[in-house]
Amino acid sequence: MSNTLTVALIGNPNTGKSSIFNQLTGLSQKVGNYPGITVEKKEGQCKLPGGKRARIVDLPGLYSLNTSSMDERLVTELLLDPKDPNYPDVVVLISEVENLKRNLYLFTQIKDLGIPVLLAINMIDRMSRKGITLEVASLEKKLDTKIVLVSTRRGEGLDRLKEILADPASLPRGPIMDIGRVAPDYFGELKKAFPEEDLYRLWLSSSQDTNTTAVDLGALEALKSNFIKSEEDLKKLQHRETALRYQKINEALKGAYGVDPEKAKGLRASIDRILTHKVFGYLIFFALLLLIFQAIFEWSSYPMDFIDAQFAAASEWISENFPPGMLTDLLAEGIVAGIGGIVIFVPQIAFLFLFIALLEESGYMSRVVFLMDRVMRPFGLSGKSVVPLISGNACAIPAIMATRTIENWKERLITILVTPFTTCSARLPVYLILIALVIPEEGSFMGIGYQALTLLALYLIGTGMALLSALVLDKLLKTKGRTLFLLEMPAYRLPLLKNVGLTVWDKTMSFVLGAGKIILAISIVLWFLGSHGSSENFDRAEEIVGQRIEQQGLATGSLINLQVQLDSRREDALAQGLSQARLRDSLQLWTQELEQTAKAQEIAGYKLEHSYIGRAGKAIEPLVRPLGYDWKIGIALITSFAAREVFVGTLATIYSVGSEDEEPIKARMAADINEAGQPLFNLATGVSLMLFYAFAMQCMSTLAIVQRETNSWKWPLAQFVFMTILAYIVSFAAYQILS
Amino acid sequence: MDLMQGQRGTIREFSEHNLPVKLMELGCLPGNVLELVQIAPLKDPIYINLNGNHIAIRRSLAALIEIDIIVEPQAP
Repeated sequence: MSNTLTVALIGNPNTGKSSIFNQLTGLSQKVGNYPGITVEKKEGQCKLPGGKRARIVDLPGLYSLNTSSMDERLVTELLLDPKDPNYPDVVVLISEVENLKRNLYLFTQIKDLGIPVLLAINMIDRMSRKGITLEVASLEKKLDTKIVLVSTRRGEGLDRLKEILADPASLPRGPIMDIGRVAPDYFGELKKAFPEEDLYRLWLSSSQDTNTTAVDLGALEALKSNFIKSEEDLKKLQHRETALRYQKINEALKGAYGVDPEKAKGLRASIDRILTHKVFGYLIFFALLLLIFQAIFEWSSYPMDFIDAQFAAASEWISENFPPGMLTDLLAEGIVAGIGGIVIFVPQIAFLFLFIALLEESGYMSRVVFLMDRVMRPFGLSGKSVVPLISGNACAIPAIMATRTIENWKERLITILVTPFTTCSARLPVYLILIALVIPEEGSFMGIGYQALTLLALYLIGTGMALLSALVLDKLLKTKGRTLFLLEMPAYRLPLLKNVGLTVWDKTMSFVLGAGKIILAISIVLWFLGSHGSSENFDRAEEIVGQRIEQQGLATGSLINLQVQLDSRREDALAQGLSQARLRDSLQLWTQELEQTAKAQEIAGYKLEHSYIGRAGKAIEPLVRPLGYDWKIGIALITSFAAREVFVGTLATIYSVGSEDEEPIKARMAADINEAGQPLFNLATGVSLMLFYAFAMQCMSTLAIVQRETNSWKWPLAQFVFMTILAYIVSFAAYQILS
Repeated sequence: MDLMQGQRGTIREFSEHNLPVKLMELGCLPGNVLELVQIAPLKDPIYINLNGNHIAIRRSLAALIEIDIIVEPQAP
């Protein structure tokens, strides 16, 4: 055995396992994925008395080694295979004082595998309130183990836990139950065939759907078929095992564990009556959703604007102070802007996970599932899918991360795949400018203006498409076996600040470091393609545009923008009481200055048009023409793959408007004429574009987070292809019908 | 299972092939007591107290559990 002890934390869900893990490891913990599957892997280091160290592995919560989900199977497979690098030297079985009987069920199973088990009984601070009495010494003897009483809330018992871990040899090992009593004939034969093996290990290997290599499954199967002929035979034996285990546990608890029934009836019943009430239950839940939505939509806009401004300033500072050249451009416009594009999501992620951690820690999340299960079930979604779907209306990134709380893999996957259809805030600028252009301001239906109605329709279409795709995916995706809906309704608890903080920290870091890499890489590529070109037009942009301006004057877009800027400055000046004579001088100066800027902007627009992206936009023009788009929109479609709102900025650059203000861009867009001599942004094109943005996966950050959360490229690519094709078809139909 | 909200019952002997092992492991064994705590607003799922374990299950699963209703003595 190496000097580092491997300790596995195992326990039922809701026993405070993560609190103990957090207190043992602090910030030394690492969160990753188990290879090939998407079960979260958490481990950390812990110093033990006497200078030893322990590697603490936090395993998914489970009720029994008889598994029914991917997470649970992982634990059973690990405990069956001593050659696994994570195979524990010691198991700390974490139980909770109120549900001790049920927690001990898992304890007896692990004990029977012959692994040294230390029993940690958590939440002892609740004992007196719940009228629970516990005889530790007697229980230790009957269960053949060492017991530590822990209260993570008060920080008690953890030192004692570490002391015992420092001397692992002192822990008794060996089975607590004679598993042979389940089926004496069968187990007799097993013992003869595998004299070296632990009997319970053999029984588990043969009764579970696992891929363990630790025992010869073939030989085991052959022997098993003589005794267990059907699924029903197997269940009969498992039933007997369950009854025997509870018999053993009841014997052990007799006289050592007592509950005063008067005190045990706690607050839970009365709180539940309100929170799961058919009217108040929903009202409270929707009020909470509204609050969460407000936080990620409204409150986080302040830190986001701040982050945006800081990164823009940093980028500008680098461009001004570093020697000009390709490397400076890469740093300022590629890397710094790219990192800014990652950090900008941090406030939303932090807010959402603050709320989610509070909901989970307090025990309320289970009530949400209870309330919403029947509503979401027909769509193949979980009651827990409601939180991600609503959050998706602010931003899909934190919403998709929030699906981690859904235990069932299929329900989680469907939620991940459909969340990007909900109307995230990045779609808003695109919708708003298009609505302003093509939907008449006048006129209303039932008192609601057409423009507002259109926006509402777009939100409804997003939600509708999310649910519809969920329905389809539910039919398409096949999963092994039926999953059981069995939801624990834990006791209500005050959330621990440390756990909430660590969750927020964890999620934020996992986004910044995990998905961030992909986002940064894509944004550098997009920056390169948008700012480089290999044609003569691109290289001589300054010269060509300069000549054109000399001969034909400034372009329409520039003129419109110039006039708008000039007007606003004049108004400001008049408001400040500038004299007419001074104003005239100023106007002349401003015009010169604005003309210089306009020239620079036209060069930028010309460069973009002839960059690699510009050429790609022109190349896809035949493809997007049936949707009513021209090459300018084509370019904007490609650049806005970075993020949807980039659409507006790109059009501003192409039209040489230069400013991000809506008015001049809108004016310039409205003035654009297509080949037929009609306005380019007519109703048909506008609606077609809005629908395209409603359905297409125009967001590299979402793809990156889906890659991270599903741990494969298969799902994000499938999602991208499906959404783009869908968007294409719908926009095509809309344009053809309307034009 | 045909309890009313708030009622309790004793679990009867049952044939194993119906019930998932998991439910047995959570204490759904003959002789144990089950209480119907709450029915969700849309009638499904239901929230039960099974031998001290507070869990929610779907109606279809609950239908498989056979019980004898305990008649509570009326408060005077």
